[in-house]
Amino acid sequence: QFLSKLRFSFCRHQVLRLVPKTDGHLSLIRDLHNMIELELDIWREVRDVGSPVDIRVPGHKLKIVKRYLKIYDIQFSTMIKDLQVLLDEEQKAMESASARVPEPRNTDNFDFFRYHNLSEIYSFQDMLVAEKPNLVSKIVIGQSYEDRPLNVLKFSTGGTNRPAIWIDTGIHSREWVTQASGLWFAKKIVTDFGRDPKLTAILNQMDIFLEIVTNPDGYFFTHTNSRMWRKTRKPNPGSRCVGVDPNRNWKAGFGGPGSSGNPCSQTYRGPRAESESEVNSIVEFVKSHNIKAFISIHSYSQLLMFPYGYIRSRIKDYTELNNLAQKAVTDLASLYGTSYKFGSIINAIYQASGGSIDWTYSQGIKYSYTFELRDTGHYGFLLPATQIIPTAQETWLALMTIMDHTLKNPY
Amino acid sequence: MRLVVVLAVLMGVSGIPDVTISPPTASADTSAHPNSIPETADESEQIEAQTEEGAEEDVMATGELNPNHYPARRAAQVVQHYLNTRYGSPFRLIGVQTVHSGNAEDVTDSRRKYQLELSVNDIISNTTQTCSAELSFTKGKGQQPPEVKASCEELLKIDIKAQEEALYQKYKTSQTLMSAQYLPDSHGHIKPDMEPFWHLGILASSFIMLNESTENTLYNVAQVANITQLTTEEDHLEFDCHTLLHEMVSQEIIHWKMLFTWSPAEGVKVLQMKRLPHRHEREKSPKTN
Repeated sequence: QFLSKLRFSFCRHQVLRLVPKTDGHLSLIRDLHNMIELELDIWREVRDVGSPVDIRVPGHKLKIVKRYLKIYDIQFSTMIKDLQVLLDEEQKAMESASARVPEPRNTDNFDFFRYHNLSEIYSFQDMLVAEKPNLVSKIVIGQSYEDRPLNVLKFSTGGTNRPAIWIDTGIHSREWVTQASGLWFAKKIVTDFGRDPKLTAILNQMDIFLEIVTNPDGYFFTHTNSRMWRKTRKPNPGSRCVGVDPNRNWKAGFGGPGSSGNPCSQTYRGPRAESESEVNSIVEFVKSHNIKAFISIHSYSQLLMFPYGYIRSRIKDYTELNNLAQKAVTDLASLYGTSYKFGSIINAIYQASGGSIDWTYSQGIKYSYTFELRDTGHYGFLLPATQIIPTAQETWLALMTIMDHTLKNPY
Repeated sequence: MRLVVVLAVLMGVSGIPDVTISPPTASADTSAHPNSIPETADESEQIEAQTEEGAEEDVMATGELNPNHYPARRAAQVVQHYLNTRYGSPFRLIGVQTVHSGNAEDVTDSRRKYQLELSVNDIISNTTQTCSAELSFTKGKGQQPPEVKASCEELLKIDIKAQEEALYQKYKTSQTLMSAQYLPDSHGHIKPDMEPFWHLGILASSFIMLNESTENTLYNVAQVANITQLTTEEDHLEFDCHTLLHEMVSQEIIHWKMLFTWSPAEGVKVLQMKRLPHRHEREKSPKTN
């Protein structure tokens, strides 16, 4: 029962439940109600014998009312001991409920300390574009298997086909801290542009492309069905198992060890390279743009890695990328002391073939990096929402280091 | 994928594990394992052929280990699981902080030995300790669980006896048996009074993770799906528990059910453990949190 918040105090008011056992009781209760000086308020009307009657009684009238009921042997019990206490609790609950799930009307009201569902993220993207149309635009680079839009936010101060930085989060849908960080990065860029000299310098000459939900079908599935879903949601003919690992589906060492040919496997590479629209859309986008740095973000393990994943041999630019990685993780650690390891994929974590940054490097994108964000396994994929912003903040420092180096070392 | 039903009695805090488990299958389906024989792909034939100047590691790291690279990390993780089986408690959970140095060598055709200097910490009290550890992996057919020698007694110095007794008494004398699901939940959230049970799920799982570990795996507990207290007359608490393990190299989520006991005096003892089939092998797909 919800009562609107009145200035009136219901302190020490009680609600009693009366049970009339005879017709006599019924008229006695009606009489009681008619005694205006008792200030009674009927919550549940008198009906017939056996049917409860609920009345609110002010604190200072309780003694009289209870004596009356006892004299006439009318059975009663206390439903609410102190109405004001109940009202206060209800008010608090309503306030915290509305604080928990507001419909943000703008990106300043967006709660970055929460994990958001897919439609909330799509709304955020549209709001950001609406708020900063001179800096941000949305490009739909393709459709997922289940026909969801693959949205990329473009941050640009103009020009045509400028050298650009690509960042993707959420290619593996269960890695929730990455999509959450992507949202924070988007807001960070619009906030810092014009305020932070380093970022402003980057955007004055380069574009930033950010794909926040790189695997929307998978992300939706982690909300509705299985929190631990990793792959796309495309069915595999002849198999009960669904999905392809989008980070084994690229044309770099495709089919090699470090990916699986079994559709039921979490690292299933797919029937052929670029078979997944989620991957193919990015491939086409990269080929038709001027990308100079490509950064794919995953969780968990706290690693910053560069190619190769599919073979053990060193890339041509090993020394430069290794040194830059070292600098980036040092900058990352400067904020909260979070310790990252770094190295090539195959050395730092495991052999993986058909991965995104192996392909982008082979396309001539020198600054190809992949992150594994917090933590190192204690929470793993289920990183508490309280860690979203610290994770995003420290990761941003590493991203800035890489982007700044890319700007200052054109090729 | 066969169900591996295993009856084992494992010692808790003290004593050398007397393991009578038949060697578990390392992964669900050998053809799905990432290190299986490669299908022909032009580039992948270059795997062993190309070498460039500068240090390069063999597929099986030998000699001094690079602390940045995965062989040291995987070995350290095994030490973590071992330490949790020996020293772990609802109020003491051990994690690897960093590997300082390490060494690996082939002892025989089928056995490899690791030596590690590492720092571990008690996640709850955030105290750190350096330890030395020695591990031995067998490879090839008839894979045995790794053998670990490590001592980190400094970790025992933090006094948790009072908390353990309080937890034990509370649930021993309670009229109702506790039961909890999804620790932590999808958002990483866990109620403070449920944390000890999350930790117990991790500890019990550590016995499994220790047994299942090889040089090609890295295990973490992804989630405690369900932990339910059972009645028992004896001087311990008894639990039925379903946990999800995450294996990093294959990226698989592996479901295990366990029956285990815990008391302040005896620590965790796993009575039964059973690997559950993959979702695609079950008839109904289970719902999420």
